[in-house]
Amino acid sequence: MTVSYALLGLLEGSSRHGYDLKRSYDRRFGEVKPIRFGQVYRTLSQLERDGLVEVVGVEAGSGPDRKRYSITPEGVTDLDTWLGEPEEPQPHRQSVLFTKVVVALLSGRSAEHFLDVQRAMHLDTMKALTTARRNAATTQDALLADFQLFHLEADLRWIDHTESRLAALAEEVRDVPDPRRR
Amino acid sequence: MSQILVGDDLHKSFGLTQALRGASIVLDEGEIVAVMGPSGSGKSTLLHCLAGMLTPDRGEVHLAGRRIDQLPDRERAHLRRTVFGFVFQFGQLVPELPAVENIALPLLLAGRRRKHALAAAAPWLSRLGLDGLGERLPGELSGGQGQRVAMARALVANPTVVFADEPTGSLDSVAADEVMELLVDAAREQGTSVLMVTHEPRVAAYADRTVMVRDGVDALGVGAA
Repeated sequence: MTVSYALLGLLEGSSRHGYDLKRSYDRRFGEVKPIRFGQVYRTLSQLERDGLVEVVGVEAGSGPDRKRYSITPEGVTDLDTWLGEPEEPQPHRQSVLFTKVVVALLSGRSAEHFLDVQRAMHLDTMKALTTARRNAATTQDALLADFQLFHLEADLRWIDHTESRLAALAEEVRDVPDPRRR
Repeated sequence: MSQILVGDDLHKSFGLTQALRGASIVLDEGEIVAVMGPSGSGKSTLLHCLAGMLTPDRGEVHLAGRRIDQLPDRERAHLRRTVFGFVFQFGQLVPELPAVENIALPLLLAGRRRKHALAAAAPWLSRLGLDGLGERLPGELSGGQGQRVAMARALVANPTVVFADEPTGSLDSVAADEVMELLVDAAREQGTSVLMVTHEPRVAAYADRTVMVRDGVDALGVGAA
């Protein structure tokens, strides 16, 4: 889904070949995972079927990279709509942290110990990301590191907050009877 | 790396409240350490004891191998002016003095002649991106600019240790990053050690190491220098 719109966004500036699109995509969004040629061509075919891009030229020779693609007015409208819509917030991405705390308390283990080692690991990762951000060649790279830093910071705030409420949580976890046994 | 500042088994109470209950910390030469912990954990008290602003009830503080917690007030005040630099959350600049004179303040207090002190302070303006702002009063500077002036003031006398208490606490994230980058770069260049208290993980991530303080005791060291 995101790949389709990223390609539409890249095509809006000018028509491009598949290879050119891959290079631009990797430069802007492929920091973590570069896109494969196959996926570029599959996505372009799908976009063409949906009328969102069109082939504006085919050069002589063989291979899939002879085609030059351009965004259609429908593609521009679709991109407009996508960019105007908010994304569903995903606040549960680190829910394993929550689960570990509750399971630790349920089983009489130290949730504090888990939160301490988790905090240490988060801080270490933030340190590495801060170094990466400071050495970033572009604003885009720096902001990508910032994106991760702010998310880890949110986890850390939750870790600190939870640690200060562990006694209450432990009591609750012990006392709540399983409703199915009533 | 040799140890420059050591706090050993520090205790400090205010009335019935035990702020420190045996906290220990070591700061190496040129090292940048963040102290984190919940409100009331004793992290600011720890900083104040290490910096000679408070006298611990028990325990020892050593600077470069010399015990300093039992020095007379006058000698500790001298240390604070000459060997230590300080940055606080709200800069605490002298509002009547222009930026360049605020930077020069530690040199003036140490008895340097005004002309020399101002000459030593001036390069800090461009170093911290404050070109052309030297004659502005603190009230005419933005929060980030004011904090950079405070940073320069803390570093101008080439101190051995800079103590920073929530140095970015009043700043937005962009200004906080700028201030931290300048502090870290300048400290590394001068070989100055930094001990900073912060509740912001993003700020702590600039440090070589993080120490957690809980209930007046250091709990966890994170990240080797």
